[in-house]
Amino acid sequence: MSGRVLLSVRELSIHFGGLAAIEDLSLEVAEGEVLALIGPNGAGKTSAFNAITGYLAPSGGEINFGGTRLNGLKPHQVAALGLVRTFQKTSVFGGRSVLQNILIGLHLRSKQTPLAILLGLPSIAREEAKLEAEAREILAFAGLGARADELGSALPYGEQRLLGIAIALAAKPKLLLLDEPVSGMNPVETDSFMAKLAEIRALGITILLVEHDMKMVMGVSDRIVCLSQGLVIANGTPAQIRRDPGVIRAYLGERYARVAEAQDRA
Amino acid sequence: MSKVLTALWLAFLFSLPLWMDNQYVLHVLVVTGIFIVAAISLNLLLGYAGQLSLGHVAFFGIGAYTSSLASLGFSIHFTADTVLAMEPKPVWIGLLAALLASGACGWLIGRLSFKVRGAYFVIVSISFAEVVRLVAVNWVELTQGPMALNNIPPLTLWLPLLGEHVFWKKPANYWLVLSVAVVCYVIVRRLVWSRAGRAMVALRENEPLATSVGIDVTRYLVLATVVSAAMAGVAGALYAHYIRIVDPDVFLFIYTVTMVIMVVTGGKGTLAGPVVGGLIFGLLPETLRAFEIKPEVQWIIYGVLMVLVVFFLSEGIVPAVTQWWQRRRAAGAAMAKAEP
Repeated sequence: MSGRVLLSVRELSIHFGGLAAIEDLSLEVAEGEVLALIGPNGAGKTSAFNAITGYLAPSGGEINFGGTRLNGLKPHQVAALGLVRTFQKTSVFGGRSVLQNILIGLHLRSKQTPLAILLGLPSIAREEAKLEAEAREILAFAGLGARADELGSALPYGEQRLLGIAIALAAKPKLLLLDEPVSGMNPVETDSFMAKLAEIRALGITILLVEHDMKMVMGVSDRIVCLSQGLVIANGTPAQIRRDPGVIRAYLGERYARVAEAQDRA
Repeated sequence: MSKVLTALWLAFLFSLPLWMDNQYVLHVLVVTGIFIVAAISLNLLLGYAGQLSLGHVAFFGIGAYTSSLASLGFSIHFTADTVLAMEPKPVWIGLLAALLASGACGWLIGRLSFKVRGAYFVIVSISFAEVVRLVAVNWVELTQGPMALNNIPPLTLWLPLLGEHVFWKKPANYWLVLSVAVVCYVIVRRLVWSRAGRAMVALRENEPLATSVGIDVTRYLVLATVVSAAMAGVAGALYAHYIRIVDPDVFLFIYTVTMVIMVVTGGKGTLAGPVVGGLIFGLLPETLRAFEIKPEVQWIIYGVLMVLVVFFLSEGIVPAVTQWWQRRRAAGAAMAKAEP
């Protein structure tokens, strides 16, 4: 983990009534790295995502992004700083065309004021043409170029997940938070998604992801943080994590460890 | 092609009073046109931002009362000595006041509904309309209550070529309402084909996703309510100066329902929807009357037609026709390809 710290979470805790979803979570994401957050269901991974992106008010702790304190900011303000998330469930604008989905994602790139829109100034039409060209570029990057005119809800599952990420990319993130991006994808789709992730990374975008697919996590991550019952139980490279006895006990399981060991020997 | 069609359609509408001198039909068209403006405004909120305003008539009524009071003048006593009085103002100032007053109320509702969506937005809007109606009934000193505001002056405008023109006659009012409707249509079209309209649709389709890409949804919901309310207010003001009497019945729930029916049957979230729905449900009762059908039967036909539209064309008439047309064109293209 080289590079300066982009996101730092310090002693974050989230309580739902008497239930502590997260207790004293601290982690740092360095510029340019891919950090994975793993752990059993209910470990607090998605809660941490929600707190970082402003969808959930933390009960304690501090979140800093590139020198700005995020506590108390609304989700749209967090997004404007360059911290953009995707959702665990498929999340697209189903009733709109794929191209329109991306145009909505380009909201922050657009400078139109309500007054200029009502007056129908020529600058609006010029900007619309520019935005559409940009949207088509993003679609081509995501491999959805041929789907531009279809309805978001008409896409097959894997492509809807891809569209969700393309929408997030349209918002020009510095840090992209992916919440279980390959859940429900078949192995072929997962592989092509891993390749896509490498391309996203090559654009200089830092990635924080939550995922249960260990092949994917081990394959793409520079560093892994493992949560269990709201606490960080391990933090290290994929190689360290898969040998960590605590992680094996809480999450990976003995069988996974044996297979991994066999693979290492081979 | 579509530009030519638009021009022909507009030419037809604007030339209508020149070759059709049935005053009764013109009257029906003027009232229908006013309701179409209201339906266009409701469509922005219901069809695009996805929030059902079941108190939309409040903005219509506030516009009607504001413009009437501004052009009639009023004096109200807060205590025995403190009197707020206003001299009658020209009607165009009344129209402007109606636009601003309704827009301000729209802003208020938008802000109040800061975190209120769906069913709760419906409740806030209904309550608002009911409160405004009660004010209109009970603040007799200002509104004359159920006695109604009478002798509201018609609009007087200085027009090029014509000079000072009073909108007494039906053709003049027809042109006025048609012009306002065209302006409102253009405004909504500009909005929905822009960043603002996309933000409103994003709020309708998926609010968490919309905020995740940086859309301040509250801001755009407020923009939608302000623009929508201001338009409805202008429609109300046009109504007041055309009918020339306003009583608290303008706040009746049935008017909101009429607007909702126009938008939903025409096709919510489409530009032409409220116009088509407005024409059908504005002209239908009069058409049926022309065939000397009894009122009870008229209502039954009205109801059956509505049920049929909602049942078979659940998206509304305009989307159904568009889809049918696209399918036919696609089929035509496939046929052309098949034949070498």
